Amino acid sequence: MNRRRIIAVLMLLAFGAARLPFEQKLAVDLRAAHFHGARLDLDMREQIGQMAFLAALSGFRALVADGLFLHAYTAWENVEWGRVKLDYDAVTALQPRCELFWQTAAWQMAYNASAAAINDRKQPREALRLKAQREYFKLGEDYLLRGIANNPEKPTIYNDLGMLYREKLQDHCKAAEIYRRYMKIPGALTYGERFSVYELAQCPGHEREAYEKLVELYNRGENEHLPTLLKWISTLQDKLNIPADKRINIPPPSVPPAKP
Amino acid sequence: MNALPNALPSATRHQYFSFARIGAIASNTLLELIRLKVFYFILIFALVMISSSFFLVKLSFQAQFQVLKDVALGAMSIFTWLLAVLSTAMLLPKDIEDRTLYTILAKPVPRFEYLLGKLLGVLLLLFVALSLMSVLFVVVLYAKQQSAIAELTAHAAPGAMSAQMSAQIQDILSQTFTWNLVPGIIFIYLKAALCASLTLLLSTFASSTIFTIMVSVVLYIIGHVQPIARDYIMHNTQGASPAMIIYLSLISLLIPDLTAFSLVDDIAAGTAISTILFVKTAGMGAVYIVVYFLVGYFVFWAKEL
Repeated sequence: MNRRRIIAVLMLLAFGAARLPFEQKLAVDLRAAHFHGARLDLDMREQIGQMAFLAALSGFRALVADGLFLHAYTAWENVEWGRVKLDYDAVTALQPRCELFWQTAAWQMAYNASAAAINDRKQPREALRLKAQREYFKLGEDYLLRGIANNPEKPTIYNDLGMLYREKLQDHCKAAEIYRRYMKIPGALTYGERFSVYELAQCPGHEREAYEKLVELYNRGENEHLPTLLKWISTLQDKLNIPADKRINIPPPSVPPAKP
Repeated sequence: MNALPNALPSATRHQYFSFARIGAIASNTLLELIRLKVFYFILIFALVMISSSFFLVKLSFQAQFQVLKDVALGAMSIFTWLLAVLSTAMLLPKDIEDRTLYTILAKPVPRFEYLLGKLLGVLLLLFVALSLMSVLFVVVLYAKQQSAIAELTAHAAPGAMSAQMSAQIQDILSQTFTWNLVPGIIFIYLKAALCASLTLLLSTFASSTIFTIMVSVVLYIIGHVQPIARDYIMHNTQGASPAMIIYLSLISLLIPDLTAFSLVDDIAAGTAISTILFVKTAGMGAVYIVVYFLVGYFVFWAKEL
């Protein structure tokens, strides 16, 4: 009987040797298809604790990530920004393929924590408040950039990053570039093209290129004659000294330009 | 001597392999397991689903759907695995204790058919259990989806159906149940079936149910870190001691890579699996199940009962 057990173990070893190269190749293929991108290392164990780490290792990392996501929500309600960031670091490391987690982490940092920093009554010096606000913007940007690196085929994170550059960091050149990349991804909404051009119009040295793209959009028809587009055409025509015969005749707006 | 079997009437001739016998053993195994009231866990699953859907109302729709999907698929994964290990571990010891095993094997039933019937009974149980949980999951997700859409349209201006709103509704639909989740559920089943087959193999070696369960749980955990050992011995053995290499090689060779079937987390997060990758992974799972069963049979064939 013992001999039979030994033979059985040898059979399992032989099967193991036969399957190992295939298993390795399959693991590589799965990683290439964006599976198993989670970072489960010693830093993570320190961050989330032994039991949660064991659960994450045992194939329940989505559940652990959700638990931390809910914990981060509570930390946000209690205005503990440090805790919020630590939790989102762990959440995004455990579930890097979930765009919602990257988006929420970036929103918490770039919008909520930054607003709390600029309105911090405990800090009398405005320069320091502005510095803290800027740092939170950068943390938001960092989450979105890493989110894009992990989810290059999902358009929503590009959209959020474009909005962050446009509204918070006021980096119009980067915003234009991100919206341009956003438009190349299947599922992107059509306004991304307009936003890309509007941002390019505010990017120093790219006014001519922006004007040509604005005219191209204008020539597509009435649907594209939106107040913001007309405003930028008018502004750039003046700025670039476009000859009168080549200008698009834009009537002055009767009401302030609405948001597109 | 050779002429004797041919002389028997065909109706009484013993068949060495019979699907009918395997089917009878499998259905009996399934019935036995159902009589043990294992399906009570479905009630727990329902409670988890419904309570978490109420608990999450503070979150945005997207977050609610994501967490609900993760919780449901995680619970399905845990329950199916537990069911696979616990029900398989007690199969042989229970049959020996009840003397059912001797009654069956005293008849012209080959041990292969007995073992295969037992495994198929467990696989059927897992299929029924996972199907019930999947139906419950879809129903709760659908109810949540409809309430989200109703809430969205209730806040819209009367008669207005803007492009933005239809995009939001489309967004809600894409974040609830999609067909992309089906491969994830199939992988939950495959992983549980693999664990059942491995547990059956262990129970042919083992002498007690507790031992089989303990070893199965340990193998389940090690199965999720097996790729680390495999990566190490295949790419990075420089500087490692021979003892370390032997130890890691044994882990890589003897223990299955269970992470290959832990795809449901990424699938729930929106990662789609290609057909070729699905077939490769599912094929590997099927090979594991067959090989573990055959090795189990090899041990059980000569086991003194």
